[in-house]
Amino acid sequence: MELTNEDVADILAALDSLPYDELDLRTPRFRLTLRRAPGGGWTEESQVLADPVALAPAHPHRAPGAGEGRGAGAEAGTGAGEAGTGAAAEAAAGAGAEAAAGEGRAGSGRAGLAAVAAPLPGTFYRAPRPGAAPFVEVGDEVGEDTVVAIVETMKLMNSVHAGTRGRVAEICLGNGEFAAQGATLMLILPAGAGRPAGPPA
Amino acid sequence: MSFRRILVANRGEIAARVIRTCRRLGIETVLTVSDADTRSLPARLADKTIRIGPAPAPASYLDVDAVVGAALAAGADAVHPGYGFLSENPLLARACAAAGVAFIGPSAETLVSTGDKLAAREHAVAAGLPVLPGAEVTGAEAGRLADQIGYPVLVKAAGGGGGRGLRVVRDPADLAHAAAVASAEAGAAFGDPRVYLERYVSPARHVEVQLLGDGEQVIHLGDRDCSVQRRYQKLVEEAPAPLLGDDLRDGLRAAAVALGERLRYRGAGTVEFLVDPRRGAFYFLEVNARIQVEHPVTEAITGLDLVAEQIAIAEGRRLRLRQEDVTFTGHAIECRVNAEDPAAGFLPSPGTVTRAVFPAGARVDTHVQAGSAVPPHYDSLLAKVVARGAGRGAALRRLAGALERCAIDGVVTNLGLHRALLADGEFAAGGVDTGYLERLLARESARAVRENGSRHYTGSGVGHG
Repeated sequence: MELTNEDVADILAALDSLPYDELDLRTPRFRLTLRRAPGGGWTEESQVLADPVALAPAHPHRAPGAGEGRGAGAEAGTGAGEAGTGAAAEAAAGAGAEAAAGEGRAGSGRAGLAAVAAPLPGTFYRAPRPGAAPFVEVGDEVGEDTVVAIVETMKLMNSVHAGTRGRVAEICLGNGEFAAQGATLMLILPAGAGRPAGPPA
Repeated sequence: MSFRRILVANRGEIAARVIRTCRRLGIETVLTVSDADTRSLPARLADKTIRIGPAPAPASYLDVDAVVGAALAAGADAVHPGYGFLSENPLLARACAAAGVAFIGPSAETLVSTGDKLAAREHAVAAGLPVLPGAEVTGAEAGRLADQIGYPVLVKAAGGGGGRGLRVVRDPADLAHAAAVASAEAGAAFGDPRVYLERYVSPARHVEVQLLGDGEQVIHLGDRDCSVQRRYQKLVEEAPAPLLGDDLRDGLRAAAVALGERLRYRGAGTVEFLVDPRRGAFYFLEVNARIQVEHPVTEAITGLDLVAEQIAIAEGRRLRLRQEDVTFTGHAIECRVNAEDPAAGFLPSPGTVTRAVFPAGARVDTHVQAGSAVPPHYDSLLAKVVARGAGRGAALRRLAGALERCAIDGVVTNLGLHRALLADGEFAAGGVDTGYLERLLARESARAVRENGSRHYTGSGVGHG
């Protein structure tokens, strides 16, 4: 069960007249801690401990006309342009492997190559927009400030810079894959490292 | 009919919020969860959960087939879509209808009209609402149109929303390029390359009117001010909008109802307006055809439960309230507590909440408790803290006291920024414009430099880990 605000208010009314500064109530299903705050009033820390009750997952329902339903709500009814967001949706859906892709290679920058790490956990995008050309390809020259990718975290697009002057030697994640924080997104062969750039594709 | 079981097709605080009302009404809830949310607080609060896919939203919360499939598998009578995700997607409304499940929201036809900014604007004009001078642009005549409107002009994507697809052009030399880029971006992002030009008003306030309709009758539940924004993301909202003047307020409310009547609006919705405080004028912006994040401030001053009204309307009932039944008492303000770091350019802060302390007895709509994951896949909203007072000053003091009793550890939050804002004289005076938050951030940053020699504003509530 969950205590309502009214329940808590009733408990507080009872507590206010008592000489206690703290109430800690714990049942198998929830925990409630009320404390007098230094500046007046009470603080509440509550925790619902009851486990979720999961139903068996459903099979996707193909309703007539709903087949192309994937994608953001923004293209509401225009019909014409699901391709753009649709592509991103499919790419992201393909990232089912989740963190595994990114984490596995974290910090595995090979000798002589500089790793470009994910600044935050998030979805790795190689292009500024669905359908646009990638920021870089293997073999491209980059400067320290060259934007080489985007990582989307909490609906915010964060540009990722190469950080090293040189050539792109390897792109370690697929477009739309999930990258753990610090995961290696790309490897850069630093300029002047004396090795031909990039393995053949 | 009366619903016995509702599929809550959302996550986060709004899922917990909808579940709470359903429980009070004796309606069973089944919550859709992605793999990232199977053990969330809303999942524990719901009667049942049902998995709809992996963590990325396009494969779960944005998948119409998965949501409708879950509604059928769960034996739900209705789907509550919350806000964001599929809430304004006519495809979900149609798919629900085809599957014989009620969609708790407007008709698909309304969603088509309101989802297209140009179509919504045409409806607004037809209903007699003032709109900003502007029109759709197609290539060559952009310059002539912008000259007529006067610079600066705003280039907007017809399919955009929530601040996406907007850019300001101040110099005529930049116009052609800006329009072309905006069109290309809009085509890629929204599947709709149409862009239009509008006069750019600054300073401006963002005021909106809450509507309820049953498809025939439409009433308003008053106005809200949402001018405290950063990059079009709202941070603090209040009701009623302060220092508006009776004529302007009455005009806004009447205009919103007129548009709602033209749309034969069904459900809860919001008409957003831009208010030009210098001219005392207002202009239609867009319709949000869903429950909004900031609905609690309206609930606080009307005593209504908007989710309960949404459900009653979706059950096929007529409005239970006449306009004269709606009364407004006091003033309410809401702060959005986000997992983001104002000191680092509002960098998102996903992670795990290790401790969540909230003010007891205050209204806090949240989806986090100790142990809650804050996944990187979704938005950063952790909690909404709401306070009401007899007047605006009392509400401000109460909210400041409530925020003093908030502590969230494990992720970085913007609690410090909210405390600074509530202590700021310009906000306390009321009626700030949409440029206010950037000014506050600049002041706080300068103060941090004076006090600590720190280059950055350091007002964030930095948690452990």
